[in-house]
Amino acid sequence: MLRSILSDDLPRSRWLALALLAILVGLAVAPFLFPGAKSLNVAAKICVFIVLAASFDLLLGYTGIVSFAHTMFFGIGAYGVAISLTRMGAGWDAVAVGTVAGLVVAIVLATVIGLFSLRVRTIFFAMITLAVASAFAILASQLSDLTGGEDGLNYRLPAVLRSSFSFGDTWFGVRLNGRLLDYYLVYGASLVLILILLRIVNSPFGSVLMAIRENPFRAEAIGYRTVVYRTIASCIAAATAALAGALLALWSSQTNPDTTLSFDIMVDILLMVVIGGMGTMYGAVIGAVLLVFAQNYLQDLLAIANKALVGVPLLANLFHPDRWLLWLGVAFILCVYFFPTGIVGRLRQKR
Amino acid sequence: MKRDWLPLLLIPALMIGALPLIGSPASWVTLTVAGLAMGLMIFIMASGLTLTFGLMDVLNFGHGAFIAVGAFVAASVMLALAPWMTADSIWLNLAAIGPAVLAAMVVSGVLGLAFERVIVRPVYGQHLKQILVTTGGLIVAEQLLKVIWGPDQITLSRPTALRGAFLFGDVAIEKYRVLAVAVGLVVFAALALTLNRTRIGLLIRAGVENGEMVEALGYRIRRLFVGVFVVGSALAGLGGAMWGLYQETVTAAIGAQVAVLVFIVIIIGGLGSVGGCFVGALLVGLTANYIGFLAPKVALGSNILLMALVLLWRPQGLYPVAKR
Amino acid sequence: MAEPLLSLRGVQTHIGRYHILHGVEFDVAEGGLTMLLGRNGAGKTTTLRTIMGMWRAAAGEIRFDGRDITHLPTPDIARLGIAYVPESMAIFADLTVQENLVLAARSGPPDQKRLDWIFARFEALKRFWTLPAGLLSGGQKQMLAVARAIVEPRRLLLIDEPTKGLAPAIIANMIDAFRELKDGESTLLVVEQNFAFARQLGDSVAVMDDGRVAHQGGMAAFAADSALQQHLLGLGMGEHQ
Repeated sequence: MLRSILSDDLPRSRWLALALLAILVGLAVAPFLFPGAKSLNVAAKICVFIVLAASFDLLLGYTGIVSFAHTMFFGIGAYGVAISLTRMGAGWDAVAVGTVAGLVVAIVLATVIGLFSLRVRTIFFAMITLAVASAFAILASQLSDLTGGEDGLNYRLPAVLRSSFSFGDTWFGVRLNGRLLDYYLVYGASLVLILILLRIVNSPFGSVLMAIRENPFRAEAIGYRTVVYRTIASCIAAATAALAGALLALWSSQTNPDTTLSFDIMVDILLMVVIGGMGTMYGAVIGAVLLVFAQNYLQDLLAIANKALVGVPLLANLFHPDRWLLWLGVAFILCVYFFPTGIVGRLRQKR
Repeated sequence: MKRDWLPLLLIPALMIGALPLIGSPASWVTLTVAGLAMGLMIFIMASGLTLTFGLMDVLNFGHGAFIAVGAFVAASVMLALAPWMTADSIWLNLAAIGPAVLAAMVVSGVLGLAFERVIVRPVYGQHLKQILVTTGGLIVAEQLLKVIWGPDQITLSRPTALRGAFLFGDVAIEKYRVLAVAVGLVVFAALALTLNRTRIGLLIRAGVENGEMVEALGYRIRRLFVGVFVVGSALAGLGGAMWGLYQETVTAAIGAQVAVLVFIVIIIGGLGSVGGCFVGALLVGLTANYIGFLAPKVALGSNILLMALVLLWRPQGLYPVAKR
Repeated sequence: MAEPLLSLRGVQTHIGRYHILHGVEFDVAEGGLTMLLGRNGAGKTTTLRTIMGMWRAAAGEIRFDGRDITHLPTPDIARLGIAYVPESMAIFADLTVQENLVLAARSGPPDQKRLDWIFARFEALKRFWTLPAGLLSGGQKQMLAVARAIVEPRRLLLIDEPTKGLAPAIIANMIDAFRELKDGESTLLVVEQNFAFARQLGDSVAVMDDGRVAHQGGMAAFAADSALQQHLLGLGMGEHQ
């Protein structure tokens, strides 16, 4: 049963299994364990980023291509829902239209970019996606009539997802309102998407992707059209990222370039997948949790170090709370050199 | 390749084509000079990147770090020499800019040497890791810039002699842009001479085509590569310093921002080709300025459009480098 | 007996996951021309590339002039006086004929007398001196590739299929050139499919089969033994004659 849900891709490490179980259960009971709007927000963000990072792992880890346009698809999904909720009013029809529109745009764009540049080489694809994504981010902030420009869009969610909607009194001290429903919508959808991704990478299609990653010429010689497979993988990744974006838009009732399209988020996703472990899917889960935690709590740790070092000019800056990315960046480089399979790979070795 | 003039003709064609659309010849001249200045600054930053790719199949996604470092170092030196910058003498102004630019080039060059050793060397021949590690290098470098220079942007004003514009009737040409064009042309000429008239240049051109055969002839291509990497980094520093003065502000994000333009330029030009990089840079600079005037909203998207058009015409860029 | 100029002992080479050379052993004596023969895929090109250090030997030893060169980097191997003409010719297409030769002359501008000697055999190189090498015909590129290897004196020349696709007149010139070189300053190791050419020029022969040297000896004896030729080179070779 468990085997078939996980598509036969078991954690293969006791510690990894424990960690995954802790994340699964922790996120499921988060509203009750850590009540309060802020921690619920962190939990929802973790769910969304797990999906986003996992879909990126499909590209980076399984297909062996680097795309810098993954946030673009994330943004397309988010803006799809945000724009339709803004224009059509706060109904489920708007959510459906927005989600589908976002999916279609993401898939079309991914196909075009893929056919344009995937036949050449990894580096070319990385450069093209970087250029396209940065142009798209600028375009989104320029077309302010549609996207609200730099400020983004603020909109109302469907009534059942608002905090004013109530479906009971309290349960274990937690108010049973629309936000709680919204959280479980995000949680459930993320869980389903992750399981689908697991299924994809463990399918024959996933094996072909890995064969192409290992030796594209050989795969081509055996008769697999590598461009087609890579483009399909990049479409699936784009579609999943768009769905993650739609979930974010449905959660946060505001969508702006900083939270969906910026290069900073692209960097976050890269860090999540590489530190967690490329080509493992579970690595994305671990990495996403770790990074969101680091963003929220590494800062506190650094603040302590920073206080201790006040007066030492450069060193204090090195441990400034805002420099958490510096340390994760160093960890990232070390991971690529020494632990290409990241945390998950290490855990599996120890077994 | 030497006899392929078609891409070169694109530049005058673009200029002439833009004239009727813009209408006023005065604006056209101003925009053209602005476009050339922008293009040449990008060329300075991009030339080293395209050569290192051609030579060793290494694409440094952290190239932007050298651009940013150059901008910051130059800004620091110029701020330290503020009295000379604001003096009403072109010589004192230049006495401030000269050391600033030199310092920018030296620091970026040294950084390039370290970057090559620590970040690039361990991942030769592994494209995926190369992209990841050099991107990681950019992340770390950007954070270190914030550690050293603080997180806020630095405002920088141009020296007295380079403010304002030359006026010819109703044509206004910003002085700084003239300087940028001049420096850009000097760098291009120096590169072209080195590549075509010296033994090192011969080695670089041969190495871009077939590094393995250059080694079989008895030359150590690794050393050549390190040299080109360092010079390319120093040039990125020079370009960064110039770009900082052009924008009159310097932020840690400047590297990543300009690097996108640099990437577009070397894709358009053909990875590995300095001549293509030159043509590509001018096309990008001119297009950005013309479109910025004609339809400001889509100005930045225009580069992508240009890139798509070029790739539809020549999928490997304007001057594809013959490989092996 | 004097130590051979070049000797390979138990050389094994892998390319990616493919094991190509399974312990190649042979000697090349100083002076003269050794032909390296064998069927397609026998490992001849891989052997030359392994000597140059362009593929790395996973096991075994390669000695040149009494020195172990197995683990030297390619440029250092070249600097010992070994020149290599690959099958693909690998001329620099963007460089002119002149620039190709200038680059190949490591110790300074090419010697004019030597250039004249080269021009006398490969006249086209003089005619197209300032033309980009990419515009040369296939045969002219082959001349340039050989010229690049001999523009300065080298002790050992490794040449991979010099006659491939050449017109008979040019082959005759090539034979002249190689003969003069082997009688003078250089030792040659030539991979060849054209047995007629090989027989005319070779002093000794090493025949490869399936990643090993299956036969080594004098060319005269090998040329006389048609059963051995049949066995090692197959029927295809007979048609070349």
